[in-house]
Amino acid sequence: MLEIKNLHARIAEDETEILRGIDLKVNAGEVHAIMGPNGSGKSTLSYILAGKDDYEVTEGEILFNGENLLDMEPDERAAAGLFLAFQYPLEIPGVATMEFLKTAMNAQRKARGEEALSIPEFMKRVKEQAADLNVSMDMLKRPLNVGFSGGEKKRSEILQMSLLEPKLCVLDETDSGLDIDALRIVSEGVNKLRSPERAMIVITHYQRLLDHIVPDVVHVLSKGRIVKTGGKELALELEKNGYADYIDAAA
Amino acid sequence: MNANAPIQKTQAESDLLSRFETTRAELPGSVTVTALREAALGQIRDRGLPHRRVEEYKYSDLRAFMKSAAPLAAATDLAATKAVVESAETFGDLDRYRVVVANGVFQPELSDVDQLLAEGVSVFSFADTLDDADASQMLKTPKTGPEDGVVALNTAFVRGGVVIAVKSGVEVSKPIELVQVATSAGAQAVRNAVTLGEGAKLHLLETFVGDTGAGELNTVFDYNVSDKASLAATRLMTGKTEAARLFTSIATLGAEAEFKSLGFIAGPRFTRNQQFVNFAGENSEANIYGVSMAGGEDLADQTLIVDHAVPHCNSREFFKTVLDGRAKGVYQGRINVAPHAQKTDGEMMTQALLLSEDAEMANKPELEIFADDVICAHGATSGQIDEDLLFYLRARGIPEDEAKTLLVLAFLSEAIEEYDEEDVTEGLETRVRDWLASH
Repeated sequence: MLEIKNLHARIAEDETEILRGIDLKVNAGEVHAIMGPNGSGKSTLSYILAGKDDYEVTEGEILFNGENLLDMEPDERAAAGLFLAFQYPLEIPGVATMEFLKTAMNAQRKARGEEALSIPEFMKRVKEQAADLNVSMDMLKRPLNVGFSGGEKKRSEILQMSLLEPKLCVLDETDSGLDIDALRIVSEGVNKLRSPERAMIVITHYQRLLDHIVPDVVHVLSKGRIVKTGGKELALELEKNGYADYIDAAA
Repeated sequence: MNANAPIQKTQAESDLLSRFETTRAELPGSVTVTALREAALGQIRDRGLPHRRVEEYKYSDLRAFMKSAAPLAAATDLAATKAVVESAETFGDLDRYRVVVANGVFQPELSDVDQLLAEGVSVFSFADTLDDADASQMLKTPKTGPEDGVVALNTAFVRGGVVIAVKSGVEVSKPIELVQVATSAGAQAVRNAVTLGEGAKLHLLETFVGDTGAGELNTVFDYNVSDKASLAATRLMTGKTEAARLFTSIATLGAEAEFKSLGFIAGPRFTRNQQFVNFAGENSEANIYGVSMAGGEDLADQTLIVDHAVPHCNSREFFKTVLDGRAKGVYQGRINVAPHAQKTDGEMMTQALLLSEDAEMANKPELEIFADDVICAHGATSGQIDEDLLFYLRARGIPEDEAKTLLVLAFLSEAIEEYDEEDVTEGLETRVRDWLASH
């Protein structure tokens, strides 16, 4: 599904090199966790996948279902089935959550040559998914993410993900700012989306999230490179020993 | 500035002087009115059209903009007016009354005079009132801008307009649309007086349709809102035109009165919307909103002076501007609080969104406070579309143009939603979308 080859990238503004040769292959049906210390490049990788132009790819390529991802605009990537759950979902005053959901869903459908959803069908889907994620009608009526608590924002992200039904979900530190109950609700929402046709990349600092969303593969990212790949037991080992071994190994 | 310094007349100023000579005989009014016209014209002759050295016109130099002045539009006929009115798309199929003024002349045949009368609203020709002994009352100048050049230009040439008088206690059941029509090219000077008796309530829609060619449109609205009355005035200043669009409101509010207005600018090359709001009675409220969109070389000017002359009144001023191309936006807002106007609550905010590098915004919020027990605030912002918000929307599959539209609409809607006149909300938001689609 996703193939990253020798990816090098830097911050466009000041040319600071962040990614120094990432190789990663994710197949349909797999859940990959990417762990690593602060500043290792985890969030940069997620932004580059989604197409944020603050970063510049200097070398390497990314193939998404055989297509060159780096040639696509952010909205084309989304329509092709890539979804990034933001670490810090943005507040957009004046844009009602419902209106936003409808616009996003129909924009993607249009890009794929599908018909726009009827209002009743749209409402039905939103109500179903919102109930599972404990997202109230009151939240849906408010401007997008405005005045939402940290947990509400993350639930709103997962609601968007559920409705947009992406092929590849990238979750950037979705556990940050969540209490135990919110973590459980969000994780259940994510687990429901696990399927043989869908892949996930879960970026996190902590093992905690991986107790709920159990990965097939765990990668350790340090200083812009994947320095270790293993099974889910690797996350437990990191939790116990910290990243010190890998930071040194990469240096 | 030395007001007495002789000035070199511009072409437009010379045109105005000869326009006066050729049309004065056909302009309505008693001897008193003629004297007022002559005095007003004298002001234009001596000081010229308002220009950048006049503080209030510093950013909107009408003198430099008006290259010439076309003759006043001639009288019109019923059929031509009817055709323009019927082809107009102002507020879609909104259920409303209609009052028509064409080329400056009230058109009773095309107005819902009888239905309005049945509700307690009299509608009659403004020109007819100028023959009365106390006609000078009808040609009011703003208390806080007695020598305003645009009002003087109006007084000199006013051909007519309409008077809408709502009886005390009458809440008009649906909005009244005051449509001003141009059926032929030419300048228009129009005055409309809207009077609400005690406890009356009205939503007035002010629209303009037709093409004035090279002629300026100069309309003055004189609102008198009696005690406990409530007036909402939605003003559309739209349509592509190369000629100046000049609008003035003079609002006088009684006690426990409510006045709100929304000035919506999108399209004309040069628009000045100036409002003079005067609190004459206590415990009243004024909420003034503005939504301006300007592209190309357009200039959109929203200017207002809110005069808290008495205690215990609240005012809120909230203006939004979106600029593209080489357009210029102007906001000049002043809240005056008189020495004894204690417990005044005034809050003014102007925000601009610049979509291009070359667009320019002049924000000038001012407070002039002489009382010591007041709450007054003002603020101004100018910025570009937030790239992070744009990316967030695009990451959800919304194409760039659509995402920008969504963000601009959200920005402007804040003022439209707060204005809170449900009859027009959707129509105005559609106009915002249409404007964005064409820019």
